[in-house]
Amino acid sequence: MHAIEKILMKNSGVKEIHTGEIVNAKIDFAEINDLYLQTVLSFYEMGGKKVWDNTRCAFVFDHYAPTPDIKSAENHKAMREFAQKNNLKYHFDTNCGVCHQVMPEAGVIYPGMIVVATDSHTTTHGAFGAMGTGCGATDMATILMTGELWLRVPEIIEVRLEGETPKGVYPKDVILAVLGKIRADGAVYKGMDFTGSYVDNLGVAGRMVICNMAVEMGAKTAYMQPNKEVIDYVTKRAVRPFEVQFTDEGYKYSESYVFDVSKLEPELACPSSVENVHTLSSVIAEGEVKLNQGYIGSCTGGRVEDIAEAVKILKGKHIKEYTRLIVIPASKEVMLECITRGYISDLINAGATIGTPGCGACLGVHDGILAPGEVCITSTNRNFPGRMGSNKALMYLASPATVAASMINGKITDPREFL
Amino acid sequence: MLKELTGKCIIVGDNIDTDQIYPGRFLALTDPKEIGSHCLSGIDENIASTFPKGGFVVAGRNFGCGSSREHAPIALLNMGAVAILADSFARIFFRNSINLGLLPVICKGINQKVKSGQTLTLDINKGIVKVEETGEIFECEKLGEQAMKILEAGGIKPMMRAKFAE
Repeated sequence: MHAIEKILMKNSGVKEIHTGEIVNAKIDFAEINDLYLQTVLSFYEMGGKKVWDNTRCAFVFDHYAPTPDIKSAENHKAMREFAQKNNLKYHFDTNCGVCHQVMPEAGVIYPGMIVVATDSHTTTHGAFGAMGTGCGATDMATILMTGELWLRVPEIIEVRLEGETPKGVYPKDVILAVLGKIRADGAVYKGMDFTGSYVDNLGVAGRMVICNMAVEMGAKTAYMQPNKEVIDYVTKRAVRPFEVQFTDEGYKYSESYVFDVSKLEPELACPSSVENVHTLSSVIAEGEVKLNQGYIGSCTGGRVEDIAEAVKILKGKHIKEYTRLIVIPASKEVMLECITRGYISDLINAGATIGTPGCGACLGVHDGILAPGEVCITSTNRNFPGRMGSNKALMYLASPATVAASMINGKITDPREFL
Repeated sequence: MLKELTGKCIIVGDNIDTDQIYPGRFLALTDPKEIGSHCLSGIDENIASTFPKGGFVVAGRNFGCGSSREHAPIALLNMGAVAILADSFARIFFRNSINLGLLPVICKGINQKVKSGQTLTLDINKGIVKVEETGEIFECEKLGEQAMKILEAGGIKPMMRAKFAE
């Protein structure tokens, strides 16, 4: 059996489990982000009175932190009232950050659990050996009422990542290369298990980048067997006891892909699809790509490790005139660490604009919306038309280092030139 | 829900994500009618106002990929769509649609064959789509047991209301 199956079996209380079967699984933690007042509306429409367990669910105000308009302010107000009325143990208001960073920091994510959130990037928590999956607002309302969700036991595919990445190649480049091969629908409804020596040696932040983007291939959930760094991280923080699950020897995956990461180069997802992946060198070879905006932030690329790589390149330099670089640390903890290390001063001196921890510019609701005809390079996860504003703007997805190097020149630039 | 559905269709492409179905700038809205008026505006802002009521959206592969936003099926329903016919669907969109009573039907290759404005009849029990103008018939995949159970209850909301009234 696979670790994901063991988690599903444990939480649904069944004696055996088969691929394709529907199980009713107990949810260990449920998170609602601030886009989905609909969750509260559906909860009452369906006859909900009180949440099933006030220690196992929370709101995270991240997409609209702080609120950009009256409507989103009204939504926050209604959600805050719901949280208060239900006496929720955890509440993450506009001073916290992106849900997928805030939850692990708060210790509500740990190996062997099931976390469901109203956010597709909940696959991120596979980084901790947890089963994370996204759902819609009304599915979430059913969880708040019952503490359970029906789930189909997924086929599980293996993505084996072997070797060490060369200089200038980061976890973001690795997952973009995987996406280019497996494509945007290559893992729909499936679990993605990332294995291999690269994963064994990867730190918490890098693991989160890779699991985060599993959903861009359609995956239901992602998984990585916890390593020492993960265990150290969760042992310090976990609010409940946890049990790490292991995949049995000889488990047969429904498909397997193998990547030698030592052969990779910096990668880009070009406009306007996540699967339109090309090596950075091939894009540059075809001609100069001028940029108006760079963005470093989000649940994909806004951690201390990401900002550190950008600072390495930007320190003592300045972004190109008439461009802007927005940097938004993923959480308050990340922001504080960046302040302590002097990164925020370095970035401001390099011409960056710093924003409140949260999703920031990623989804085009505030903090760096693009005008028609503009071009942006970003450390985020999606570049579909209109994602960051006008549907006539273009977006390139890249590593934080590539974003930093590119904004110095005001055009897409290989970060290895600065390393 | 399970009778035959007949309506005109519009055609869209592959990987139509939730940003194109319902752009982020409208996410704070909660009124279903207003949400419907912005449907597919990430592709073209005029689609919602000209969409044939009771009609179908015919798409390529991976329709509804991207965010978990339930606004996407809410928008499609309130624009007047009754079903989406596509090569494949993203998972969260599929669940959200079933929950709200919008039919996501896998009908491979149909987007290459039908033309915008043609009239289609979907027979969900037989698993076929007929193009009324040409008589051409496409087979589609039947929905699973769990999905049918929710659809037959009229969506997840009536199902939960009944469960909690007990």
